[in-house]
Amino acid sequence: MRSTVAAILRKDLRLELRTFEAIPSMTLFSLTTFVLFHFGLNETSVEGDLAAGVLWVTLLFAAILGLNRLFVAEEEQGGFDGFLLAPVDRTAMFVAKATGLFLFLALVELVAVPAFTILLLGPSPWAILPELILVLALGNAGIAVVGTLVAGIAVRTRARDLIGPLITLPLLVPVILAASQATAPLLAEGGAQALPGRWVAVLGIYDLIFGLVAYGVFDFLLED
Amino acid sequence: MTAAINSIPAHPPPAAIVLEDLTRVFGERIALDEVSLTVEAGTTLVVFGPNGAGKSTLLRILATLLRPQLGTARVLGHELPREGWALRGKVGLLTHEPLLYRDLSVRENLRFHARLHGVAAGRIDEVLAATKLTDRAGDPIRALSRGLAQRAAVCRAILHDPPLLLLDEPRANLDPASVELVEPLIGRASGRTRVITSHDPRGGLAEADVALGLRGGRVELLRDAREVTVEDVGALYG
Amino acid sequence: MTLYGKGLRSLSIATAVVLTGAFLLIAFYAPEDADQGIIQKIFYIHVAMAIVALCGFTAGGVMGFMHLRTHDRRWDLRSYVAIHLSLILAVGVLLTGAVWAKGSWGSWWVWDEPMLVSFLIVFLLYATYQPLRFSIEDPERQSRYASVFAVVAGAFVPINFAAVRMADSFIHPRTLGTTTGGMPGEMMLTFLVTLVGVALLFVTLWKYEMAAKHARGQVKALRRRITGERASVVGGRSAAPQVHV
Repeated sequence: MRSTVAAILRKDLRLELRTFEAIPSMTLFSLTTFVLFHFGLNETSVEGDLAAGVLWVTLLFAAILGLNRLFVAEEEQGGFDGFLLAPVDRTAMFVAKATGLFLFLALVELVAVPAFTILLLGPSPWAILPELILVLALGNAGIAVVGTLVAGIAVRTRARDLIGPLITLPLLVPVILAASQATAPLLAEGGAQALPGRWVAVLGIYDLIFGLVAYGVFDFLLED
Repeated sequence: MTAAINSIPAHPPPAAIVLEDLTRVFGERIALDEVSLTVEAGTTLVVFGPNGAGKSTLLRILATLLRPQLGTARVLGHELPREGWALRGKVGLLTHEPLLYRDLSVRENLRFHARLHGVAAGRIDEVLAATKLTDRAGDPIRALSRGLAQRAAVCRAILHDPPLLLLDEPRANLDPASVELVEPLIGRASGRTRVITSHDPRGGLAEADVALGLRGGRVELLRDAREVTVEDVGALYG
Repeated sequence: MTLYGKGLRSLSIATAVVLTGAFLLIAFYAPEDADQGIIQKIFYIHVAMAIVALCGFTAGGVMGFMHLRTHDRRWDLRSYVAIHLSLILAVGVLLTGAVWAKGSWGSWWVWDEPMLVSFLIVFLLYATYQPLRFSIEDPERQSRYASVFAVVAGAFVPINFAAVRMADSFIHPRTLGTTTGGMPGEMMLTFLVTLVGVALLFVTLWKYEMAAKHARGQVKALRRRITGERASVVGGRSAAPQVHV
């Protein structure tokens, strides 16, 4: 199982490096969205609740952008068939794709979060960086798990680009809710406050439950 | 005395494929309707029939990509769909699409499939040499002509040395030079059990040990290929 | 072969009786709320529909799971009917909730009612169920993907409720939890009768729709047998699962 996941992940990373389809566009999209928020909210600096909201909604929409690409190569170039013919555990595809999406999001955030700090964020995030990274990681995990599952459903339908986001966004409301509630105190004006443990727990539980559900259910999307 | 004991006949090897009343529907459309046949190991079955007759469906069921809904199917001793997982890795599928990633090179694609199938890296060079693709191995699939891409697909199909080959109109997608090259790999001489779909009565019959004619999902013709004429095959399309 | 029509008449009569009783209780028996006035009475229908809808969505998820487990497409049909009836109830919850909000606090929507907010999200999710089904042509794959959706969405509903509840920092004494704690006997009785009535309505409608779809499937099968067709002409695309007898 692990070697299969590694093989698929390496293949996907190599493809992304070759074609540069997902990561640059997701990153650029994030930066543009920050600019839009500046004009839309008419704010030069945000903090606390507002900052958390702007950051997470932007990351969420960037993820939606990348979701559609996740399985497109498999669907259009026969990757599903090639994989289904191999004597491997089929859930490996889910694990590999979700891990890949998680890594893509992390790479995007490597640029987007500093950009956010420069463009819009009032208070300095240096002191709370470890906590921020924790929340980002847990939020990414939730987005990766649910996003991969829904992308797997959507890619083989006719309205694939439309139905994917429609299903994903309501499912991710708890993630946005918990992640924003967890991030808001960290970005408060006048000194960061403590990381609210219960929202971190909510994120963790969400990730765990949906990780298990997706793991159990993904196989059924592949078989015919 | 010993001579008598030694002359006990050995059991004949089990048939490679045994289908009994195999049926598969898509909603209200019946793709395969109670198809029954037997394919002995090492022989070639060629499937004829007009479009929509069920040829591709049959191939995909044998490849474990589709589940049979009614009837029974035993392929290489494994019952489908229950033991489909055991059959994977023993089947090589060649279709109209090469099933290779267009932005990766030939070698990268083969390396990926080698890892999926647990095949040693040395085998990749072997098949590349056999199909004379070694000097194009570093080119991405999108840079190859259709004929060469299909040749790379042949590499993918036989990389794991499968005892059963499923070929969907192989000659339609290979240029004449490639056809000769891959003959020892996927042709009669390879010694593998083969199921081939074909729209070419003359060429198809020449390759076949047994000929199967499908129409509307039903078996209209199933005989030793030597007893089948080109006109018999043509009648399927009438 | 299951006969969904069996017992349908007695069930319908029971539903009508209980629902009428519930309405009478709400109108004449239950006391008026001191500060909210008569508009509070819509609470009975609102919460009853909410509970039944939630059970319906969960049942839909369980049935979807059974379909994946057994490959028996009748489970998918049951799941489909349960989900789309629950979706209608969910719309009812949102509408009655809006009326309640307008009557009690003067605006058509309030964000600090966790039940209402959770239902909005649940509605947005399940509203994609039928478009998803419709966009998959192969009926078998449609059933399978719909069942996957039903399972995932079914798991989502409780988590969503818990998360929204936690976020509601203003706990007003209007939600079910706090209200049940201090509910006088007459309110409790009225509420329970309404709950049973709505639940019976759901089950009756569910059986009715199952019976109707089954009958249609049987008619098609009979027609096919009479005309001797092996495969009928492929009809138009449909979001609903077909019944094959």
